[in-house]
Amino acid sequence: MDSSAWGLLIQGAWTTLWISGVSIAIGVVLGLMIALLRVAKIPVLHQLLGVYISLARATPLVTLVLFIFLTAPTMGVNLNRNVAGIIALTLNTTAFNAEIWRSAFNNFSKEQREAALAIGMTPWVYFRRIMLPQITITSLPGLVNEMSFLIKGSPAIAVIGVVDLTRVTNRISAVTYDPLPPILAAAALYMLIISLLVWLQRVAERKASRLAV
Amino acid sequence: MSNWDILWSSYDVFLNGFYNTLKLFGLSAVLAFILGSGIVFLLEGSRPRLKIPLRIFIDAMRMLPFLILAYLLYYGLPSAGIRMSAWTAGIIALVIYHGAYFAEILRGCRATFAQGQVEAAIAQGFSQPKMFMRIILPQLILKTRGLLGNQLIILLKDTAFLVIITVRELTAAASSLSSTYFIPMEAFIVVIGFYWLISIGLELFIKMIGRFGAKRGFENA
Repeated sequence: MDSSAWGLLIQGAWTTLWISGVSIAIGVVLGLMIALLRVAKIPVLHQLLGVYISLARATPLVTLVLFIFLTAPTMGVNLNRNVAGIIALTLNTTAFNAEIWRSAFNNFSKEQREAALAIGMTPWVYFRRIMLPQITITSLPGLVNEMSFLIKGSPAIAVIGVVDLTRVTNRISAVTYDPLPPILAAAALYMLIISLLVWLQRVAERKASRLAV
Repeated sequence: MSNWDILWSSYDVFLNGFYNTLKLFGLSAVLAFILGSGIVFLLEGSRPRLKIPLRIFIDAMRMLPFLILAYLLYYGLPSAGIRMSAWTAGIIALVIYHGAYFAEILRGCRATFAQGQVEAAIAQGFSQPKMFMRIILPQLILKTRGLLGNQLIILLKDTAFLVIITVRELTAAASSLSSTYFIPMEAFIVVIGFYWLISIGLELFIKMIGRFGAKRGFENA
Protein backbone atom coordinates (compact mmCIF):
# COMPACT_ATOMS: atom_id res chain seq x y z
CA MET A 1 0.00 0.00 0.00
CA ASP A 2 1.35 3.39 -0.94
CA SER A 3 0.74 6.81 0.55
CA SER A 4 -2.29 7.57 -1.63
CA ALA A 5 -3.99 4.42 -0.33
CA TRP A 6 -3.33 5.53 3.23
CA GLY A 7 -4.70 8.95 2.35
CA LEU A 8 -7.94 7.34 1.13
CA LEU A 9 -8.14 5.23 4.29
CA ILE A 10 -7.74 8.27 6.51
CA GLN A 11 -10.47 10.02 4.52
CA GLY A 12 -12.72 6.99 5.02
CA ALA A 13 -11.97 7.00 8.74
CA TRP A 14 -12.84 10.70 8.88
CA THR A 15 -16.19 10.05 7.12
CA THR A 16 -16.99 7.28 9.60
CA LEU A 17 -16.03 9.51 12.51
CA TRP A 18 -17.95 12.63 11.56
CA ILE A 19 -21.12 10.81 10.53
CA SER A 20 -21.08 8.73 13.71
CA GLY A 21 -20.15 11.79 15.75
CA VAL A 22 -23.11 13.83 14.49
CA SER A 23 -25.51 10.92 15.11
CA ILE A 24 -24.11 10.37 18.60
CA ALA A 25 -24.46 14.04 19.49
CA ILE A 26 -28.07 14.20 18.28
CA GLY A 27 -28.86 10.75 19.65
CA VAL A 28 -27.74 11.47 23.21
CA VAL A 29 -29.82 14.67 23.48
CA LEU A 30 -32.85 13.23 21.68
CA GLY A 31 -32.60 10.10 23.83
CA LEU A 32 -32.75 12.23 26.96
CA MET A 33 -35.85 14.04 25.68
CA ILE A 34 -37.60 10.78 24.78
CA ALA A 35 -36.71 9.33 28.16
CA LEU A 36 -38.20 12.42 29.83
CA LEU A 37 -41.38 12.09 27.78
CA ARG A 38 -41.64 8.41 28.66
CA VAL A 39 -41.07 9.02 32.35
CA ALA A 40 -43.90 11.61 32.24
CA LYS A 41 -46.24 8.78 31.05
CA ILE A 42 -48.43 10.92 28.77
CA PRO A 43 -51.16 8.44 27.72
CA VAL A 44 -50.94 7.93 23.93
CA LEU A 45 -47.40 9.28 23.50
CA HIS A 46 -46.03 6.80 26.04
CA GLN A 47 -47.25 3.80 24.02
CA LEU A 48 -46.14 5.35 20.72
CA LEU A 49 -42.62 5.92 22.00
CA GLY A 50 -42.59 2.40 23.39
CA VAL A 51 -43.42 1.03 19.95
CA TYR A 52 -40.74 3.25 18.37
CA ILE A 53 -38.08 2.00 20.78
CA SER A 54 -39.05 -1.62 20.35
CA LEU A 55 -39.06 -1.26 16.54
CA ALA A 56 -35.82 0.69 16.35
CA ARG A 57 -34.06 -1.85 18.51
CA ALA A 58 -35.27 -4.77 16.38
CA THR A 59 -34.50 -3.25 12.97
CA PRO A 60 -31.05 -3.95 11.54
CA LEU A 61 -29.12 -0.79 10.67
CA VAL A 62 -28.61 -1.87 7.06
CA THR A 63 -32.35 -2.31 6.60
CA LEU A 64 -33.05 1.04 8.22
CA VAL A 65 -30.49 2.86 6.08
CA LEU A 66 -31.88 1.34 2.88
CA PHE A 67 -35.45 2.05 3.98
CA ILE A 68 -34.76 5.74 4.60
CA PHE A 69 -32.60 6.27 1.54
CA LEU A 70 -35.00 4.55 -0.88
CA THR A 71 -38.26 5.76 0.66
CA ALA A 72 -37.45 9.46 0.91
CA PRO A 73 -37.56 10.13 -2.87
CA THR A 74 -40.97 8.46 -3.22
CA MET A 75 -42.31 10.97 -0.70
CA GLY A 76 -40.79 13.85 -2.64
CA VAL A 77 -37.81 14.44 -0.33
CA ASN A 78 -34.41 14.38 -1.95
CA LEU A 79 -31.94 13.11 0.59
CA ASN A 80 -28.20 13.36 0.35
CA ARG A 81 -26.50 10.00 1.08
CA ASN A 82 -24.73 11.37 4.13
CA VAL A 83 -27.94 12.85 5.54
CA ALA A 84 -29.79 9.56 5.02
CA GLY A 85 -26.97 7.77 6.83
CA ILE A 86 -27.04 10.22 9.72
CA ILE A 87 -30.84 9.95 10.07
CA ALA A 88 -30.70 6.15 10.15
CA LEU A 89 -27.85 5.99 12.67
CA THR A 90 -29.57 8.63 14.82
CA LEU A 91 -32.92 6.81 14.82
CA ASN A 92 -31.10 3.67 15.91
CA THR A 93 -28.89 5.11 18.63
CA THR A 94 -31.62 7.38 20.05
CA ALA A 95 -33.72 4.36 20.96
CA PHE A 96 -30.88 2.71 22.86
CA ASN A 97 -29.85 5.97 24.55
CA ALA A 98 -33.45 6.62 25.62
CA GLU A 99 -33.48 3.28 27.46
CA ILE A 100 -30.16 4.07 29.16
CA TRP A 101 -31.40 7.48 30.33
CA ARG A 102 -34.72 6.02 31.44
CA SER A 103 -33.13 3.37 33.62
CA ALA A 104 -30.99 6.11 35.23
CA PHE A 105 -34.19 8.08 35.93
CA ASN A 106 -35.94 5.10 37.42
CA ASN A 107 -33.02 4.31 39.70
CA PHE A 108 -32.72 7.86 40.97
CA SER A 109 -33.53 8.27 44.67
CA LYS A 110 -36.87 9.86 45.53
CA GLU A 111 -35.57 11.42 48.75
CA GLN A 112 -33.53 13.97 46.86
CA ARG A 113 -36.62 15.16 45.03
CA GLU A 114 -38.58 15.49 48.23
CA ALA A 115 -35.72 17.35 49.89
CA ALA A 116 -35.31 19.70 46.92
CA LEU A 117 -39.04 20.49 46.74
CA ALA A 118 -39.15 20.95 50.52
CA ILE A 119 -36.51 23.68 50.41
CA GLY A 120 -38.50 25.44 47.70
CA MET A 121 -36.87 24.46 44.40
CA THR A 122 -39.17 24.40 41.41
CA PRO A 123 -39.28 21.03 39.56
CA TRP A 124 -37.27 22.53 36.70
CA VAL A 125 -34.51 23.86 38.97
CA TYR A 126 -34.48 20.50 40.75
CA PHE A 127 -34.10 18.68 37.42
CA ARG A 128 -31.47 21.05 36.09
CA ARG A 129 -29.35 21.43 39.24
CA ILE A 130 -29.79 18.18 41.16
CA MET A 131 -30.99 15.36 38.93
CA LEU A 132 -29.37 15.97 35.55
CA PRO A 133 -25.75 16.26 36.74
CA GLN A 134 -26.05 13.01 38.69
CA ILE A 135 -27.85 10.91 36.10
CA THR A 136 -25.44 12.16 33.45
CA ILE A 137 -22.56 10.66 35.35
CA THR A 138 -24.35 7.41 36.22
CA SER A 139 -25.48 6.82 32.64
CA LEU A 140 -22.20 7.86 31.04
CA PRO A 141 -20.69 4.33 30.95
CA GLY A 142 -23.79 3.01 29.20
CA LEU A 143 -23.83 5.91 26.76
CA VAL A 144 -20.15 5.44 25.85
CA ASN A 145 -20.77 1.73 25.40
CA GLU A 146 -23.61 2.55 23.01
CA MET A 147 -21.28 4.92 21.14
CA SER A 148 -18.86 2.10 20.42
CA PHE A 149 -21.81 -0.05 19.30
CA LEU A 150 -22.84 2.70 16.93
CA ILE A 151 -19.37 2.96 15.43
CA LYS A 152 -19.29 -0.81 15.02
CA GLY A 153 -22.66 -0.57 13.26
CA SER A 154 -21.73 2.42 11.13
CA PRO A 155 -20.43 0.35 8.16
CA ALA A 156 -24.14 -0.12 7.39
CA ILE A 157 -24.07 3.25 5.63
CA ALA A 158 -21.74 1.72 3.05
CA VAL A 159 -24.78 0.00 1.55
CA ILE A 160 -26.07 3.29 0.11
CA GLY A 161 -22.67 4.24 -1.24
CA VAL A 162 -21.20 6.43 1.48
CA VAL A 163 -17.45 5.85 1.27
CA ASP A 164 -16.69 5.12 4.91
CA LEU A 165 -13.75 3.27 6.42
CA THR A 166 -15.18 -0.09 5.32
CA ARG A 167 -16.21 0.76 1.79
CA VAL A 168 -12.99 2.63 1.05
CA THR A 169 -11.17 -0.73 1.12
CA ASN A 170 -13.11 -1.71 -2.03
CA ARG A 171 -12.02 1.46 -3.70
CA ILE A 172 -8.35 0.91 -2.89
CA SER A 173 -8.38 -2.73 -3.96
CA ALA A 174 -10.02 -1.72 -7.25
CA VAL A 175 -6.74 -0.01 -8.06
CA THR A 176 -4.19 -2.33 -6.42
CA TYR A 177 -6.01 -5.68 -7.04
CA ASP A 178 -4.94 -6.72 -3.56
CA PRO A 179 -7.82 -6.36 -1.08
CA LEU A 180 -6.13 -7.93 1.94
CA PRO A 181 -3.80 -5.09 3.06
CA PRO A 182 -6.41 -2.28 2.98
CA ILE A 183 -8.94 -4.43 4.84
CA LEU A 184 -6.39 -5.23 7.53
CA ALA A 185 -5.38 -1.57 7.75
CA ALA A 186 -9.04 -0.53 8.07
CA ALA A 187 -9.49 -3.15 10.80
CA ALA A 188 -6.52 -1.69 12.66
CA LEU A 189 -7.98 1.82 12.40
CA TYR A 190 -11.34 0.59 13.75
CA MET A 191 -9.55 -1.05 16.65
CA LEU A 192 -7.80 2.22 17.38
CA ILE A 193 -11.08 4.15 17.43
CA ILE A 194 -12.94 1.58 19.53
CA SER A 195 -10.10 1.11 22.00
CA LEU A 196 -10.12 4.86 22.53
CA LEU A 197 -13.82 4.65 23.40
CA VAL A 198 -13.26 1.63 25.65
CA TRP A 199 -10.63 3.61 27.52
CA LEU A 200 -13.08 6.51 27.82
CA GLN A 201 -15.68 4.12 29.15
CA ARG A 202 -13.30 2.86 31.81
CA VAL A 203 -12.64 6.43 32.93
CA ALA A 204 -16.38 7.11 32.99
CA GLU A 205 -17.03 3.97 35.02
CA ARG A 206 -14.43 4.96 37.58
CA LYS A 207 -16.10 8.37 37.93
CA ALA A 208 -19.56 6.84 38.17
CA SER A 209 -18.57 4.32 40.83
CA ARG A 210 -16.93 7.05 42.90
CA LEU A 211 -20.19 9.01 42.80
CA ALA A 212 -22.32 5.98 43.65
CA VAL A 213 -20.74 5.53 47.07
CA MET B 1 -53.37 -2.91 -8.65
CA SER B 2 -52.19 -1.25 -5.46
CA ASN B 3 -48.63 -1.48 -4.18
CA TRP B 4 -49.67 -3.96 -1.50
CA ASP B 5 -51.21 -6.23 -4.15
CA ILE B 6 -47.93 -6.21 -6.06
CA LEU B 7 -46.13 -7.22 -2.87
CA TRP B 8 -48.67 -9.92 -2.13
CA SER B 9 -48.17 -11.40 -5.60
CA SER B 10 -44.47 -11.81 -4.87
CA TYR B 11 -44.84 -13.13 -1.33
CA ASP B 12 -42.62 -16.09 -2.18
CA VAL B 13 -39.62 -13.71 -2.47
CA PHE B 14 -40.25 -12.53 1.09
CA LEU B 15 -40.78 -16.02 2.40
CA ASN B 16 -37.59 -17.17 0.74
CA GLY B 17 -35.64 -14.26 2.26
CA PHE B 18 -37.25 -14.86 5.64
CA TYR B 19 -36.35 -18.54 5.46
CA ASN B 20 -32.75 -17.69 4.52
CA THR B 21 -32.42 -15.19 7.35
CA LEU B 22 -33.82 -17.73 9.81
CA LYS B 23 -31.44 -20.36 8.51
CA LEU B 24 -28.45 -18.02 8.78
CA PHE B 25 -29.56 -16.91 12.23
CA GLY B 26 -30.34 -20.36 13.62
CA LEU B 27 -27.25 -22.08 12.28
CA SER B 28 -24.82 -19.35 13.33
CA ALA B 29 -26.47 -18.86 16.73
CA VAL B 30 -26.05 -22.54 17.58
CA LEU B 31 -22.49 -22.75 16.25
CA ALA B 32 -21.45 -19.47 17.86
CA PHE B 33 -22.82 -20.61 21.20
CA ILE B 34 -20.86 -23.87 20.92
CA LEU B 35 -17.73 -21.90 20.03
CA GLY B 36 -18.26 -19.52 22.95
CA SER B 37 -18.76 -22.34 25.45
CA GLY B 38 -15.73 -24.12 23.98
CA ILE B 39 -13.59 -21.05 24.56
CA VAL B 40 -14.80 -20.75 28.15
CA PHE B 41 -14.06 -24.45 28.67
CA LEU B 42 -10.50 -23.93 27.40
CA LEU B 43 -10.13 -21.11 29.92
CA GLU B 44 -10.99 -23.53 32.78
CA GLY B 45 -8.34 -24.74 35.19
CA SER B 46 -5.93 -22.78 37.31
CA ARG B 47 -3.40 -21.94 34.63
CA PRO B 48 -4.84 -22.44 31.14
CA ARG B 49 -2.24 -22.54 28.39
CA LEU B 50 -4.43 -20.81 25.85
CA LYS B 51 -5.45 -17.94 28.08
CA ILE B 52 -3.45 -15.17 26.40
CA PRO B 53 -4.22 -16.03 22.76
CA LEU B 54 -7.92 -16.49 23.55
CA ARG B 55 -8.11 -13.16 25.38
CA ILE B 56 -6.47 -11.44 22.42
CA PHE B 57 -8.95 -13.11 20.07
CA ILE B 58 -11.97 -12.09 22.17
CA ASP B 59 -10.80 -8.50 22.60
CA ALA B 60 -9.93 -8.17 18.91
CA MET B 61 -13.43 -9.28 17.91
CA ARG B 62 -15.01 -6.90 20.39
CA MET B 63 -13.16 -4.00 18.81
CA LEU B 64 -14.03 -4.80 15.19
CA PRO B 65 -17.22 -3.99 13.31
CA PHE B 66 -18.90 -7.16 12.08
CA LEU B 67 -18.83 -6.07 8.45
CA ILE B 68 -15.05 -5.69 8.35
CA LEU B 69 -14.70 -9.32 9.42
CA ALA B 70 -17.11 -10.39 6.69
CA TYR B 71 -15.10 -8.30 4.22
CA LEU B 72 -11.91 -9.94 5.41
CA LEU B 73 -13.31 -13.43 4.86
CA TYR B 74 -15.09 -12.74 1.59
CA TYR B 75 -12.89 -10.19 -0.19
CA GLY B 76 -9.59 -10.48 1.67
CA LEU B 77 -8.95 -14.19 1.95
CA PRO B 78 -9.15 -15.06 -1.78
CA SER B 79 -5.87 -13.17 -2.26
CA ALA B 80 -4.36 -15.50 0.35
CA GLY B 81 -5.64 -18.45 -1.69
CA ILE B 82 -8.76 -19.28 0.35
CA ARG B 83 -11.98 -18.87 -1.62
CA MET B 84 -15.49 -19.45 -0.33
CA SER B 85 -19.05 -18.61 -1.29
CA ALA B 86 -20.76 -15.55 0.17
CA TRP B 87 -23.02 -17.85 2.17
CA THR B 88 -20.14 -19.78 3.80
CA ALA B 89 -18.14 -16.62 4.42
CA GLY B 90 -21.21 -15.06 6.04
CA ILE B 91 -21.87 -17.99 8.35
CA ILE B 92 -18.20 -18.29 9.34
CA ALA B 93 -18.00 -14.55 10.05
CA LEU B 94 -21.17 -14.66 12.19
CA VAL B 95 -19.92 -17.70 14.12
CA ILE B 96 -16.44 -16.33 14.82
CA TYR B 97 -17.65 -12.84 15.72
CA HIS B 98 -20.54 -13.78 17.96
CA GLY B 99 -18.68 -16.78 19.37
CA ALA B 100 -16.22 -14.29 20.84
CA TYR B 101 -19.06 -12.21 22.32
CA PHE B 102 -20.76 -15.28 23.80
CA ALA B 103 -17.41 -16.32 25.26
CA GLU B 104 -16.99 -12.90 26.85
CA ILE B 105 -20.49 -12.98 28.39
CA LEU B 106 -20.00 -16.51 29.78
CA ARG B 107 -16.46 -15.77 30.97
CA GLY B 108 -17.61 -12.69 32.88
CA CYS B 109 -20.21 -14.75 34.69
CA ARG B 110 -17.86 -17.70 35.25
CA ALA B 111 -15.46 -15.41 37.12
CA THR B 112 -18.12 -14.79 39.80
CA PHE B 113 -18.54 -18.48 40.71
CA ALA B 114 -17.35 -19.82 44.05
CA GLN B 115 -14.30 -22.01 43.71
CA GLY B 116 -15.82 -24.50 46.17
CA GLN B 117 -18.23 -25.89 43.56
CA VAL B 118 -15.42 -26.96 41.29
CA GLU B 119 -13.43 -28.45 44.14
CA ALA B 120 -16.48 -30.37 45.38
CA ALA B 121 -17.16 -31.72 41.89
CA ILE B 122 -13.55 -32.84 41.43
CA ALA B 123 -13.63 -34.48 44.86
CA GLN B 124 -16.78 -36.35 43.78
CA GLY B 125 -14.84 -37.75 40.84
CA PHE B 126 -16.16 -35.58 38.01
CA SER B 127 -13.80 -35.29 35.07
CA GLN B 128 -13.07 -31.78 33.86
CA PRO B 129 -15.32 -31.93 30.73
CA LYS B 130 -18.16 -33.60 32.60
CA MET B 131 -17.94 -31.07 35.41
CA PHE B 132 -18.12 -28.23 32.88
CA MET B 133 -21.08 -29.73 31.02
CA ARG B 134 -23.10 -30.75 34.08
CA ILE B 135 -22.30 -28.07 36.62
CA ILE B 136 -20.75 -24.93 35.17
CA LEU B 137 -22.53 -24.54 31.80
CA PRO B 138 -26.15 -24.96 32.98
CA GLN B 139 -25.63 -22.33 35.66
CA LEU B 140 -23.91 -20.00 33.21
CA ILE B 141 -26.81 -20.23 30.76
CA LEU B 142 -29.46 -19.60 33.39
CA LYS B 143 -27.58 -16.72 34.96
CA THR B 144 -26.63 -14.91 31.76
CA ARG B 145 -29.91 -15.51 29.90
CA GLY B 146 -30.69 -11.79 29.62
CA LEU B 147 -27.31 -10.92 28.12
CA LEU B 148 -27.41 -13.98 25.87
CA GLY B 149 -30.81 -12.89 24.62
CA ASN B 150 -29.52 -9.40 23.81
CA GLN B 151 -26.60 -10.92 21.98
CA LEU B 152 -28.95 -13.13 19.96
CA ILE B 153 -30.88 -10.04 18.88
CA ILE B 154 -27.61 -8.37 17.85
CA LEU B 155 -26.73 -11.54 15.93
CA LEU B 156 -30.08 -11.38 14.14
CA LYS B 157 -29.43 -7.77 13.17
CA ASP B 158 -25.93 -8.56 11.98
CA THR B 159 -27.28 -11.08 9.47
CA ALA B 160 -28.58 -8.04 7.54
CA PHE B 161 -25.00 -6.86 6.97
CA LEU B 162 -24.49 -9.89 4.78
CA VAL B 163 -26.59 -8.27 2.05
CA ILE B 164 -23.48 -6.18 1.35
CA ILE B 165 -21.46 -9.29 0.53
CA THR B 166 -24.34 -10.48 -1.71
CA VAL B 167 -26.03 -13.05 0.53
CA ARG B 168 -29.72 -13.42 -0.46
CA GLU B 169 -31.46 -12.81 2.86
CA LEU B 170 -34.45 -10.81 4.04
CA THR B 171 -33.04 -7.33 3.46
CA ALA B 172 -31.80 -8.38 0.01
CA ALA B 173 -35.33 -9.54 -0.81
CA ALA B 174 -36.74 -6.12 0.11
CA SER B 175 -34.11 -4.23 -1.81
CA SER B 176 -34.51 -6.34 -4.95
CA LEU B 177 -38.33 -6.06 -4.83
CA SER B 178 -38.16 -2.34 -4.28
CA SER B 179 -35.87 -1.85 -7.24
CA THR B 180 -37.98 -4.09 -9.51
CA TYR B 181 -41.35 -2.46 -8.78
CA PHE B 182 -40.17 0.83 -7.27
CA ILE B 183 -42.19 0.41 -4.09
CA PRO B 184 -39.48 0.75 -1.44
CA MET B 185 -41.69 1.87 1.43
CA GLU B 186 -44.08 -1.07 1.43
CA ALA B 187 -41.35 -3.63 0.79
CA PHE B 188 -39.22 -2.41 3.68
CA ILE B 189 -42.16 -2.05 6.05
CA VAL B 190 -42.94 -5.73 5.50
CA VAL B 191 -39.31 -6.72 6.08
CA ILE B 192 -38.94 -4.62 9.23
CA GLY B 193 -42.11 -6.31 10.44
CA PHE B 194 -40.48 -9.69 9.91
CA TYR B 195 -37.41 -8.66 11.92
CA TRP B 196 -39.65 -7.33 14.66
CA LEU B 197 -41.52 -10.62 14.74
CA ILE B 198 -38.29 -12.60 15.19
CA SER B 199 -36.98 -10.39 17.97
CA ILE B 200 -40.32 -10.42 19.84
CA GLY B 201 -40.20 -14.21 19.53
CA LEU B 202 -36.68 -14.20 20.95
CA GLU B 203 -37.74 -12.03 23.88
CA LEU B 204 -40.61 -14.40 24.68
CA PHE B 205 -38.21 -17.34 24.49
CA ILE B 206 -35.83 -15.65 26.96
CA LYS B 207 -38.76 -14.98 29.31
CA MET B 208 -39.65 -18.67 29.13
CA ILE B 209 -36.10 -19.66 30.07
CA GLY B 210 -36.36 -17.09 32.88
CA ARG B 211 -39.43 -18.83 34.31
CA PHE B 212 -37.67 -22.17 34.03
CA GLY B 213 -34.65 -20.67 35.79
CA ALA B 214 -36.76 -19.09 38.53
CA LYS B 215 -38.16 -22.54 39.36
CA ARG B 216 -34.60 -23.66 39.99
CA GLY B 217 -33.68 -20.69 42.13
CA PHE B 218 -32.11 -18.33 39.61
CA GLU B 219 -34.52 -15.40 40.01
CA ASN B 220 -32.09 -12.54 39.67
CA ALA B 221 -30.33 -12.85 36.35
